[in-house]
Amino acid sequence: MSNYTVNINGTPRTVEVAPDTPLLWVLRDHLSLVGTKFGCGIGQCGACTVHLDGQPVRACLTPIAKVGLSQVTTIEGLHPRGEHPLQKVWQELDVPQCGYCQAGQIMTAAALLKKNPRPSDQDIDTALAGNLCRCGTYLRIRAGIHRAAEVAGKEAI
Amino acid sequence: MNSPELENASRRQFLRTSALAGGGLVLGLYIDAAESAAKRIAKPSSVVETAEFKPNAFIRIAPNGVVTLISKQPEIGQGIKTSLPMVIAEELEVNWKDVVIVQGDLDPVYGSQSAGGSRSTPTNYQEFHRLGATARTMLILAAAETWQVPAAELVARDSAVHHAASGRKLDYAQLVAKAASLPVPKPETVQLKDAKDYKLLGTRIGGVDNPRVVTGKALFGIDVQLPGLLYAVYQKSPAFGGKVVSANLDKIKALPGVKHAFIVEGGSSLKGLLPGVAIVADSTWAAFTARKQLEVVWDEGPAAAQSWAGFTAKAQELSEQAGSEVLRNDGNAKAALDDADKTVEAAYSYPFISHASIEPQNCTAWFKDGGIEVWAPTQNPEAGQKIVTETLGIPKDKITLHITRSGGGFGRRLIPDYIIEAAAIAKQIGVPVKLTWSREDDLQHDQFRAGGFHFLKGGLDDKGKLIAWHNHFVTFAHKVVKDGKESLELGSGANLSGDEFPGRWVENCLLEQTPLECNIPMGPWRAPRSNVLAWVFHSFIDELADAAGRDPLAFRLEILGDKGFVPGTGQQGIPYDVNRMKHVLRHVAEKAEWGKKSFPRGQGQGIAFHFSHLGYIAQVAEVTVSKAGKLKVDRVVVATDIGAQIVNLSGAENQVQGSVIDGLGALMFQELNIDKGRIVQSNFHDYPMIGIADAPTRVDVHFLKTDNPVTGLGEPALPPLAPAVCNAIFAATGIRVRQLPLLRTDLSWS
Repeated sequence: MSNYTVNINGTPRTVEVAPDTPLLWVLRDHLSLVGTKFGCGIGQCGACTVHLDGQPVRACLTPIAKVGLSQVTTIEGLHPRGEHPLQKVWQELDVPQCGYCQAGQIMTAAALLKKNPRPSDQDIDTALAGNLCRCGTYLRIRAGIHRAAEVAGKEAI
Repeated sequence: MNSPELENASRRQFLRTSALAGGGLVLGLYIDAAESAAKRIAKPSSVVETAEFKPNAFIRIAPNGVVTLISKQPEIGQGIKTSLPMVIAEELEVNWKDVVIVQGDLDPVYGSQSAGGSRSTPTNYQEFHRLGATARTMLILAAAETWQVPAAELVARDSAVHHAASGRKLDYAQLVAKAASLPVPKPETVQLKDAKDYKLLGTRIGGVDNPRVVTGKALFGIDVQLPGLLYAVYQKSPAFGGKVVSANLDKIKALPGVKHAFIVEGGSSLKGLLPGVAIVADSTWAAFTARKQLEVVWDEGPAAAQSWAGFTAKAQELSEQAGSEVLRNDGNAKAALDDADKTVEAAYSYPFISHASIEPQNCTAWFKDGGIEVWAPTQNPEAGQKIVTETLGIPKDKITLHITRSGGGFGRRLIPDYIIEAAAIAKQIGVPVKLTWSREDDLQHDQFRAGGFHFLKGGLDDKGKLIAWHNHFVTFAHKVVKDGKESLELGSGANLSGDEFPGRWVENCLLEQTPLECNIPMGPWRAPRSNVLAWVFHSFIDELADAAGRDPLAFRLEILGDKGFVPGTGQQGIPYDVNRMKHVLRHVAEKAEWGKKSFPRGQGQGIAFHFSHLGYIAQVAEVTVSKAGKLKVDRVVVATDIGAQIVNLSGAENQVQGSVIDGLGALMFQELNIDKGRIVQSNFHDYPMIGIADAPTRVDVHFLKTDNPVTGLGEPALPPLAPAVCNAIFAATGIRVRQLPLLRTDLSWS
């Protein structure tokens, strides 16, 4: 067991855990940030996607010892009031069914939009290839990302 | 039991427990919504009123105007937590934005709370209308008394009662005290709204938990947190039903974070508490890590000799023989096949598959003072309570069961095996504990969709009409002992009804069935039976249409014929309205421009229909198959008839599109291999699921409203997808898919 201080959603948080503890379980069990979900534990489903310095990563494959000084952003910290264009559009288009994968979908999509503010269907399919939605909301996910791109574009103006 | 306590925002925590009158605990999951609704509409007042208007168990109107509606069915992604309360709100004439929805705990006051078989809507729809109308009637009477005018002069709308003659209005908030003092009328006496006056039903309403979903708030079973919570894993025998001989518990107990490690004796029911080893630690990761060092000696039992390869060989052998049971025998199928102008023979097979809900099975339980409190992502809370009583001897009235949102259900969470595991562990240690299955546990200890084998023969007369149908279905069963006698009991979802289409339609029809004994757990998987039978039968019908040189749509319409309403036959007879099916079939053909479009080689359309869960659904798929054999589904057109009313248009459309994509995923990828009585695959790397790139480009959904009872939509839109796609593949390439999943068939062409 060791002490780790990591920067989560802009706040330094200290936990005492084993060095190989995945960031996923630090968030969920030790910091009560349960928006990041456990789905497979081997980086195959994307439900645990968070940002490390803005890049989407799988929290289940990211040991706490490797986080270092990186800025971790989770779904809880994506926007201070939960009003990221994707979060608004996801409600407007009623994207979720069960909702379990959607935090991961939104985090991956947010990273995509930052890099590529006007993604094509092809760009979306490539970026979100690793995020499974068992309920099959993929059509609304695609539509939601396009719509968020539109909304974000207008907001920027 | 379900009070979303309104608390001071400064006291808000991420997830709370609060002591209630019954000594129980309630999750503070709904507080945000209640607070926000209260802030929005509460009237400033120095007088604190406490009386609520509570005409029944499902509706509460507080003096500040907040309307709380109870959702009694579990929410698993089917949208019931939004749609059934909409029915109440419609009749109650309340603004949807003023409504707070609270998930009810398991409580007999709500009636049945199981969510399965797409039954939640058909069994509750009428009653929920009456619940809302009862409350509205009482609020109108309260206003009539207040104003001393006839109730007939009053109308309710927008959370208020209006008197047009005098231009007066009373908000529901102002009527709470008076309404609460009135006698509750009998529900069957109240006036329901005319459907033409609906304002909410049939519109697009977003899921009530969406704000929490998109901001990552606690919602699901796996999100439950409690003071002093410990974390458990449970290792069962990899070969189904094996028993623990010994385990290195001393070593495990010495590992970091481990608090307890013990053997659970368990029983032999594959749907109950199976033998295993529990490890309880101070974090999920500590439990997962300790488990890697667990060594168990198992007595694997009879399952260890079973394999998919063995079952396949045995099925082939049985196909040469008569079936052990005759399900239907109309006319003389064998003679008709002998005399037929043309015959077609084909063997179809499909594997066992997993539900693979993305939230793995989990359950939190706390045993104290002889009672137990359970938090479970379940579709079937009654079954959870029952198994805890039967297995652990805890009386029903000592069990509190909180229903959490489920990260997918698909039938998996109808079976309470994970609930009894958590409860058994909790009883042993006496502190709150959350059992979390790993993905590997979830995939390898599912209640699987059964595999199966169909050996089919069909006969056509000289006009290309279907005159004979013979199916020998080889399926799976468990050995059961009743009154000292052994027999085989078909697995859940592994049976075939003699009424299944085209039984009852073909004049010479022989349906036979032979079970293979196995020790593999089987359970309902979204649209049980139908999810594979539609594929087998509509693929084979397509083969027959092709042999007859007939158009697949015209061939199907001819089979359906002019029978009108066909009553069910036999013990599990299924009544079938032919006109409804022809209606959706013709509609989907028209919308998809069936027979009017021409496609180059490598592209094509396929059609199929299926009746299940009271829904009549037809689909046309349009596909492109590359020369290398890569499939892309370009478009799926769906026509559905689920009765007179779509409750929530957004949710309904989402269910249909999701069913299409779910059906496509199962068709393309899903397959479990069985060797030595255990599942070979372990996680999504070797059990791939459909991703966004393989989703169809378009799914067009058409809802046909007919004058029929309103029925459910969680399942019936799935079955026709696989045959529609496979028939389109045949149209595009001439390749017939007779084995699932699709990746077993080479689709390349030149």
